[in-house]
Amino acid sequence: MIKTITHRALCAFLLATFTLATTQAYAANDRFMKVMERGKLVVGVKADYKPWGFRDSNGKLVGMEIDMAQDVADALGVELELVPVQSSNRMQFLEQGKIDLMIATMSDRSDRRKLVGIPEPNYYTSGTNLLAKKGMIKSWSDLKGKPVCGKQGAFYNKIVSKRYGAKVVAFVNNAESKQALRDGKCVGWVYDDSSIGSDLASGQWDGYEMPLNSEDDNPWGLAVPVEEMNGIWGNFMSGMQYRWHVSGRLVELEKKWGIQPTAFLKMQSEKLMPARKHLK
Amino acid sequence: MEFFADYFRELYEATGWNFVIFYEQYEYDRFLEGMWVSIKLIFASLLFSLVVGFVGAWAQGAKSRIVRYGISGYIQLFRNTPPFVQILFFYFVLGNLTPSYDAGGYQVAYIESFGWAVISLGFFAGAFNVEIFRSGIEAVPESTVEAAEALGYTRLKSYIYIIFPLAFRVCLPALNNNLVNLLKTTTLAYGIAVPEMMYTANQIWSDNVNVSEMMIVLFVFYVGLVAILVYGMHKWEKKMKIPGYG
Repeated sequence: MIKTITHRALCAFLLATFTLATTQAYAANDRFMKVMERGKLVVGVKADYKPWGFRDSNGKLVGMEIDMAQDVADALGVELELVPVQSSNRMQFLEQGKIDLMIATMSDRSDRRKLVGIPEPNYYTSGTNLLAKKGMIKSWSDLKGKPVCGKQGAFYNKIVSKRYGAKVVAFVNNAESKQALRDGKCVGWVYDDSSIGSDLASGQWDGYEMPLNSEDDNPWGLAVPVEEMNGIWGNFMSGMQYRWHVSGRLVELEKKWGIQPTAFLKMQSEKLMPARKHLK
Repeated sequence: MEFFADYFRELYEATGWNFVIFYEQYEYDRFLEGMWVSIKLIFASLLFSLVVGFVGAWAQGAKSRIVRYGISGYIQLFRNTPPFVQILFFYFVLGNLTPSYDAGGYQVAYIESFGWAVISLGFFAGAFNVEIFRSGIEAVPESTVEAAEALGYTRLKSYIYIIFPLAFRVCLPALNNNLVNLLKTTTLAYGIAVPEMMYTANQIWSDNVNVSEMMIVLFVFYVGLVAILVYGMHKWEKKMKIPGYG
C-alpha cells in the first residue's frame, strides 16, 4: 500500500515537471511564423543517402529530397537553408528547433509520431532488403547466425536480428558498412530496397544482387514539430504533399534522380486524382 | 525485479520517460550484453596498454640505436594521430591484410573488430604509458641504479626488481590519469561495430526513440566505471606507498 503511494507520488511529481516543460507547446504556429519572419526555411536533410540527399562533387547538398525542400521554400517565398542530419539525431534536431522541417528518408512509425508531426499523405515508401553477392542468399532464413552489415540507427537491424537470428554488424555510415561487405566481413548489407536499387543501378556493384522479397513496406514521412501538426505548418505540408502526388512532381523527381519507379507513387497519384474527376 | 520493471513501465506511461531497458526483456539483454562487452574491452585494452608501456619504457633505454629510434617513432606516430583514425585504420586497412578463413560466403578474420579495438586502443594509450613510465624511471636516483649494478644485477633484472617498482610509484598519479582517459576512449570502438555500451545505447535509442533516457544511462554508466577505476587506483597507490619515499 505504502509502496504504491510513494510510487504514485513520484510519478505525479515527474508528471508535474514534465507538463511544465511542455505547456509552451500549445502556441501552435510559432515555428511557422518564425520561418516567415526571418524569410528563411531551415530543412534537415540527409547528406549520405544517395540519391535522396547527398553531396555532389562540389560538396553541395543535392538530391530528390533537397528538390522537395526547395519546392517548399519556393511555395512559401522564402530562402532555403539545408542542414545535414543523421538517422539517429534527426528528430531531436526538429524538437530542439535546429530545423523547421525534416525531409530525411524517415519511415513513418507510430512511436515516431509521438515526437514529431508527420502530415499525410506519405510521399514515398520503401521496404527492407539485402545487398549480397550473387547466389549467396536465397531466403531471409539463410541469414541465421551469419554476420549482416547494417547502419547504426536503422530500425530494421532489430527486426532482422530478432526475426531471422542474423548477427547485425552496424557501422556509423553506409560507406563503412558497404566497405565491410566488399571486404567479405558479412554476407550482406541490410538496408532500404530503394537505396539498394539505386546502388545496383550505379554499376559499382557488379556480381551483387538484391535477392530477397522486400519486407515491412514502410511509408516515408516528412516531419514538422509535433505541436504544429494541427496548425498552419502541418496543414500546409499536407497540402504540399497532396499537390506533389497529384501533379506528378514526385514521379518526375524520381525519374530525374534515377530512382527505380515505385508502384507506390503511381498508386498514390491515381488514388488522389479523383478529386479532379468532376472537371472533365 | 517484477516491481522494478512495473515501476519503469508505469513511469513511461505516466511521464513519457522511457527507460525501456528496465522493463523489456530483449532490450534488457542487449543492454547487459553491451555493458559486458564494454567492461571486457576496457579491461583488455588497459592491460595491453600497461604491457606496451612497461616493455616500451625498458626498450627506450636499450643499447641498440635501432630499438630506441623504433620506440620513439612509435610514440610520435600514436601520440600525434587521433585515436578514432587509428581504430578505423587498424580495422579497415590492417584487418584486410591479416589472415582470415572462409565460413561459407563470408570471411572470418582471426582478429575481429573487438581484437582490433583492443590492439589500437592499447597501442594508443601505450604510447602515453611509455612516456609516463619514463618520467618515473628518470626520477629513480642514479645512485640507486649504480647500487643495483654493484650488486651484480643485469640491466633487465635491475629494471624488473629495482627501477620499475620505484618508478611505478612515482608515476602512478599520471598513469591513473591516462587510464581514465583510455576508459573513456573505448567508446570510439562503436565506429568499427564493436557492440559495446555506446553502440548498444545508439541501437536502443534508435529503436525506441528514447535518446535522452539512454544518454542518462550512458552517462551514469561511465561515471560509475571511472569512479571504480579511480577508487581502485587510489587504493593501490596507498597500499604501495613506501614510508619516506615519494
